[in-house]
Amino acid sequence: MSLSLKKHSMPEQDPKVRAKNFDEVALGYSEETAVAEAERCLNCKVPQCRKGCPVQIDIPAFITKIKDRDFEGAISKLKEANSLPAVCGRVCPQESQCEKYCILAKRGESVAIGRLERFAADRSLEKGEAVQPIAYAADAQKVAIIGSGPAGLSAAGELAKMGYKVTIFEALHTAGGVLSYGIPEFRLPKDKIVQVEIDNLKKLGVTIEVNAVAGKLFTVDELMTEEGFGAVFIATGAGLPSFMDIPGENLNGVYSANEFLTRCNLMKAYQFPVHATPIRIGENVAVVGGGNVAMDAARTSLRLGAENVYIVYRRGEEELPARLEEIHHAKEEGIQFRLLNNPVAVLGDDQGWVKALRCIKMELGEPDGSGRRRPLPVEGSEFELTVDTVIVAIGQGPNPLVQSTTPGMETNKRGNIVADEETGATTKPGVFAGGDIVTGAATVILAMGAGKKAAVAIDRYLQEKRA
Amino acid sequence: MFKILSKKILSPGVLFFELEAPRIAKKAEPGQFVIVRVDETGERVPLTIADFDRERGTITIIFQEMGASTKQLGALSEGEAILDLVGPLGTKSHIEPDMGTIVCIGGGIGVAPVYPIARGMKQQGNKVISILGAKSKDILIFEDEMKAVSDEVLVTTDDGSYGIKGFVTTALQQIIDRGEKIAEVIAIGPVVMMRSVAEATRPYNISTIVSLNPIMVDGTGMCGGCRVQVGDDTKFACVDGPEFDGHKVDFKGLMARQRMYRDQESSADEHYCRCQTLGLKKEEDCECHSH
Repeated sequence: MSLSLKKHSMPEQDPKVRAKNFDEVALGYSEETAVAEAERCLNCKVPQCRKGCPVQIDIPAFITKIKDRDFEGAISKLKEANSLPAVCGRVCPQESQCEKYCILAKRGESVAIGRLERFAADRSLEKGEAVQPIAYAADAQKVAIIGSGPAGLSAAGELAKMGYKVTIFEALHTAGGVLSYGIPEFRLPKDKIVQVEIDNLKKLGVTIEVNAVAGKLFTVDELMTEEGFGAVFIATGAGLPSFMDIPGENLNGVYSANEFLTRCNLMKAYQFPVHATPIRIGENVAVVGGGNVAMDAARTSLRLGAENVYIVYRRGEEELPARLEEIHHAKEEGIQFRLLNNPVAVLGDDQGWVKALRCIKMELGEPDGSGRRRPLPVEGSEFELTVDTVIVAIGQGPNPLVQSTTPGMETNKRGNIVADEETGATTKPGVFAGGDIVTGAATVILAMGAGKKAAVAIDRYLQEKRA
Repeated sequence: MFKILSKKILSPGVLFFELEAPRIAKKAEPGQFVIVRVDETGERVPLTIADFDRERGTITIIFQEMGASTKQLGALSEGEAILDLVGPLGTKSHIEPDMGTIVCIGGGIGVAPVYPIARGMKQQGNKVISILGAKSKDILIFEDEMKAVSDEVLVTTDDGSYGIKGFVTTALQQIIDRGEKIAEVIAIGPVVMMRSVAEATRPYNISTIVSLNPIMVDGTGMCGGCRVQVGDDTKFACVDGPEFDGHKVDFKGLMARQRMYRDQESSADEHYCRCQTLGLKKEEDCECHSH
């Protein structure tokens, strides 16, 4: 049998149809397709793919199980290394991780590792896997985790499996962090995927306390001295929205992507007024930024009924930081890309509502500190884009609430927590940190990797302390 | 779930809830707020903490039934519970000993959140003069409570049915005119009222604190929906406030932002009223446009 150089394609909703609904875009492999795709794996002696995985999944092993139609075996293999495979199979940037190193990628397309991960995880969720609760020792130690996003959830899963009594404190009313408030339903279904994964963690024995704002309701010190937690893992993510600092940014109709997506994903404003949180979408929407969050905001705008949705980005196509798949999906759905355009002001009417975004055209100069070519304004090229909504998606910084109430824990000049890359140890004994709060905004899987490493380090710390 | 231990109707449409929330009560300070979400489909509504009792483990909220969410909240009875209660949020009021004479101004239901501040100021040995404003006598709240923590209380009503006829600024001007040396004015109430107070004190250079309650979602600095221009800076009312220097707040911008969801608010209100009239459970049975 000759080896196909192409991945098996995954069925998707038609772009014209899906641009009007919030159902999931990609529909997943069937059993037959999954097995056929698994057969493309060469099961290399030295599997290069594994070095691209931040949580070290034994990729050839789980793919072999799929090939053998041992689907339960496949999910167990995945779960050994990754507590949220249904999530990662959907939102991991596989093209720059595992799939990038796949030997097949040298000649054609890599094995569709992400799609196979998703297949195995979904199949297991559909079957409703039984979760075995942890039997805790009478003297099990307590670990507190602040934040229930990818880093917090992955650390919680690992620590629980090691026998620690884990409590996650979440500031919002729903657990999941960015998986719940940030990534849209059409990329990552909330009830079907995120909630089930979180419920499984609870069944395992992890306690999740929602509505618990660290730094306000309690401090890190109080957790350790008054509430008996032996260690604390801080995984509060990148929750503070950046604005452009240009005139008109406080006009009605200007949203941070965080607010826009939170209203839609967490508060379900797309089902207003049955869900009571409103959202306002105009006919013409400009989303400023070129990352995954910008793509999410743009595609959400379209689904809320906007007619024209623009991505306004100051660099060019090649520099877009979003995943190729997201850009491709956005284009298919009709998102209009206004590249090499930089906003200089938001213009409003006399009632304080947005009426246009003034931009200047840019050209690319020499590479800057980020290695990308520096965008430079083209003099005299200003123009106005008629829009009634502007969504600012130019990045998120660290929320200072926990840092500012935790004396003895160092932060860097950007406000991120200083933590050891391998262990997550901060400058404060017993306190660990990982994910976006340490690295700045990155990916779900990197945060999960950090959570996993921190769990190992916390275990070592607590064992040494006890000894 | 957070149980409603006691419910009182303070005036038509203005409700008082004492909620069981020991952890929040333990940490709450004057000036801070909570976010309330009634049920699974509810929105997150910020409400200032009107009082707290660390020993009883309770906090008090006072709110006016304005739109769908506050009406739904108000429809709950004693013994029932609200789904989510988050707090204490925001920074606490700046209260110190020997600041001097403090004028605490509350307009409408703004009297409620000014109460713990007045009490804190009094406990720290400051002279507290309070001004309570209401449209008319029958909707004035918290007069006795405020009297108990103030050296002097002035009441103003728009229609003259009680106290001084006029606005809170009328009474404030009288205090200024009689030569009272004022260390600080704290004003909580409708945005127009707070703006008027700030304008009244500006010529005398009297430090003036206002407490803002703009539109917000999470209340922890995550969405930026509550941003407000204060001097040259954009501030997030939820984490940088809710109290700000009244002389620096861009009230015009703040008022414009309060109108952001006016259309949606009336449609939510219609939806709520219709579902209530028909006795429908909110989600399943209603046939409103967006289902």
